[in-house]
Amino acid sequence: MDTKTHQAVIDTSRLARPAGAAANGDNAHRRIRISVLRFNPQKPGDVPRMQAYELEEADGMTLFIALNEIRDKQDPSLQFDFVCRAGICGSCAMLIDGRPGLACRTLTKNLGAEITLAPLPYFELIGDLSVNTGKWMRAMSERLQTWVHAKQREIDLTRIEERMDPDLAEKIYELDRCIECGCCVAACGTARMREDFVGAIGLNKIARFRLDPRDARTDADYYELVGDDDGVFGCMSLLACHDVCPKNLPLATQIAFVRRAMVRQGFE
Amino acid sequence: MKVNYTDVLVIGGGLAGLRLAVAAKRRGHDALVLSLVPPKRSHSKAAQGGMQASLGNVIKGQGDNEDVHFEDTVRGSDWGADQEVVRMFVNTAPKAVRELAAWGVPWSRIRKGDRTVIINGQKVTITERDEAHGLLAQRDFGGTKKWRTCYVSDGTGHAMLQAVGDQAIGNGIPVHERAEALALIHDGSRCYGAVVRDLITGELSAYVAKATAIATGGAGRLYRVTTNAVICEGIGHALALETGVAALGNMEAVQFHPTAIVPAGILVTEGCRGDGGLLKDADGHRFMPDYEPEKKELASRDVVSRRMEEHIAKGKGVKSRFGDHLWLDITLLGEHHIKHNLREVYDICHYFLGIDPVRDMIPVRPAQHYTMGGVRTKPTGESPTLKGLFAAGEAACWDMHGFNRLGGNSVAETVVAGMIVGEFISDFCDREDLAIPLGLVRDAVEREQAKLDALLSGKGSESASVLKAEMQSLMTEKVGIFRTGENLQQAVDTLQQLLVRSRSIGVPYKASGANPELVTAYRTQKMIKLALTIAYGALARTESRGAHFRHDYPRRNDAEWLKRTLATWKSETDTLPTLAYEPLDVKKMELPPGWRGYGAKDYIDHPDTAARLAEVEAIKTKYADDRFARQAALLPFEHLLPERLRGRNERIDEPFAAAPAQKVA
Repeated sequence: MDTKTHQAVIDTSRLARPAGAAANGDNAHRRIRISVLRFNPQKPGDVPRMQAYELEEADGMTLFIALNEIRDKQDPSLQFDFVCRAGICGSCAMLIDGRPGLACRTLTKNLGAEITLAPLPYFELIGDLSVNTGKWMRAMSERLQTWVHAKQREIDLTRIEERMDPDLAEKIYELDRCIECGCCVAACGTARMREDFVGAIGLNKIARFRLDPRDARTDADYYELVGDDDGVFGCMSLLACHDVCPKNLPLATQIAFVRRAMVRQGFE
Repeated sequence: MKVNYTDVLVIGGGLAGLRLAVAAKRRGHDALVLSLVPPKRSHSKAAQGGMQASLGNVIKGQGDNEDVHFEDTVRGSDWGADQEVVRMFVNTAPKAVRELAAWGVPWSRIRKGDRTVIINGQKVTITERDEAHGLLAQRDFGGTKKWRTCYVSDGTGHAMLQAVGDQAIGNGIPVHERAEALALIHDGSRCYGAVVRDLITGELSAYVAKATAIATGGAGRLYRVTTNAVICEGIGHALALETGVAALGNMEAVQFHPTAIVPAGILVTEGCRGDGGLLKDADGHRFMPDYEPEKKELASRDVVSRRMEEHIAKGKGVKSRFGDHLWLDITLLGEHHIKHNLREVYDICHYFLGIDPVRDMIPVRPAQHYTMGGVRTKPTGESPTLKGLFAAGEAACWDMHGFNRLGGNSVAETVVAGMIVGEFISDFCDREDLAIPLGLVRDAVEREQAKLDALLSGKGSESASVLKAEMQSLMTEKVGIFRTGENLQQAVDTLQQLLVRSRSIGVPYKASGANPELVTAYRTQKMIKLALTIAYGALARTESRGAHFRHDYPRRNDAEWLKRTLATWKSETDTLPTLAYEPLDVKKMELPPGWRGYGAKDYIDHPDTAARLAEVEAIKTKYADDRFARQAALLPFEHLLPERLRGRNERIDEPFAAAPAQKVA
């Protein structure tokens, strides 16, 4: 779908949060109104439009619960993606009042009575709130070869494992916590301009494998992967990726590390 | 008709399916994975606390080995497990965890020297050995004698899935995402692949393969309250069941996890209790030692869940608008520990409960968590009744969990089964040719298309979502932690009515492409059948074993029930599965039935138990000095493993001689 059209719809429909809406008591159930950007590219003649649904808020209601209730009771055609509904699988990233985030762990009580939902921009739209992040992530992984390039292919599995410094293991896990939800790419200014930009997610993966002593690759190898404007030199340091990452990954710092290493490599 | 061909068709893109595909690919076979969702979003990801493998690196794991892991697993299973398979598993688990270490999983590592841990509510200082520094760390988990659970903070499944998923990509294995198998293609004796629906376009196509593997995970969504992801609807189980030939084993064995948050049902890891967290009641009293003086909070999950419900029934639960619950208290672990080793728990509490587990207790109550039952297979992973059909992981019953799975044994099983079954499926492909019966394939596709057409344009008026919700409530209320003949009979009766009604489902939203309502419709028809295998199997099993607890038959009865339930669905017009039983042979058991070390102490012995116990004791005395010789005399298993996965496992306390012993992956 045309990203620009999509974005225009969001901008004009974005609603201010009514003052004091979130201060509602737990017991007084509000009526909430959820406006969804609808469009099914599979359906001939369909056009993007906003559609509003009203429902009564419940205790502990998340957008996962709300959207399922809408689909069950009001509109069986509404498309969205949830899997874990616990904030760990990255399926349900969408624009929530214009900001990329995980719908499953967003409590409606923390939002106003008027909520606007739209699919993540940038990714291929499947329909309504469902986008094809999986396809993009696979392509990114193939391009950046996001797997450990082991020093030797054959490992003797009967022997004691190789040692690793406990702090280093924790540092690698810190970067390995990425759930590939796509929020960083959806929020990225560079991705808007450069279709092939690897995104903060891609650069974070490079940072992760650079840290990992099990990976045989050197900076010269990584330079081949991200040493250009579709890689680390395309980043304009707008840092929206860092702001919206649901896992609070240190993306700004990691991109800076990778950039410095790639500049050094560029001079070699 | 569109037909895709491959050697190994893997249905399900979680840890088991991906690892199996990698094994097949490395053996030179083409593998293709079908997945409802991008594979890294599979439910394997939700495994938090860790993976059991008897490395014995940490000081509290010293002395651990395959024998101890074996005994813990068999006791955990309440003697329902196949002991040969358990042996295969415990011998491969260290290899699997070490392979993953080489593949990049950032396992938490040991730091030498003193550290403070919480054991039984007390701060204790333990000292890790110098020679263990930098090796994989282990934490305590329920039902284990040693600290054995290897972990990556509390994102173990996530990190494992990341590494295995990336290996699948690195090996160039295609994953067809948002693709759903609707039926297996078979002729009653041989499986040829599956009829598959594209969830975006609605298009049906045939996937034809030499071997087909079901690795679709569990069936938690048959229940209203479950920790399982929304995609865990048991559809893989149902695919096998609907062949009428393949059997499902022990479907009545359903695990309830003690600590799901209230009300969302999201899991907080057993690692909370393993690391020293306590369960408390409305009075702030730590009640588990009153019931289980030996293992307290760390008895097996079935026992802890029952004790919690028992305590709530005594009026000791905390009242809330979502019903009663109990408290999980991890405040004693301290901020640093929680924010480093239990960070997902921290996030879940923050986002879903609005509390800070560093200061606040977590409201918890048991919820459906794991499906021990599954597609019955041989130790090779192949169905004994439908050639060319394999299964691995939670969807399978090969059967290593029996009637209760230990925490940390499920993610371990996924990769271990992926490795083992991946080798056997490759052997199968090496030896078998495939004569493709195109007429059969076409018939299968047309039959599925006709079913979809009937749902979309037939006269049906039943609502799938209403039937599904009724089934889920019924399962939670009548086929839950505590069961009775009366409740189970009601459940079976009502489920049969729901099944009949499900044959008249109508789908008002007519789109043939992406259509969530149509998906709910065809899945609900399958799910009700599956629910019946659970309820009917539970009704028939007049004893209590592991997670299957009958108030009216509270004792384990080895004399009559030391056997595996096999459920098949003989005809489309049936409203009940056909049950058969497969005995477990006490005379071959390495660990004959006895007391588990926790839970109920009275049970009815099998007539062969005493004789086998005496035999086992004699063998143990004879080979007192050599655990390997002793084990081989008790239950030879190594010949059952694929050749490349055989061999002992090195440990700090069991070092190999300088030259590498054998075997490379």
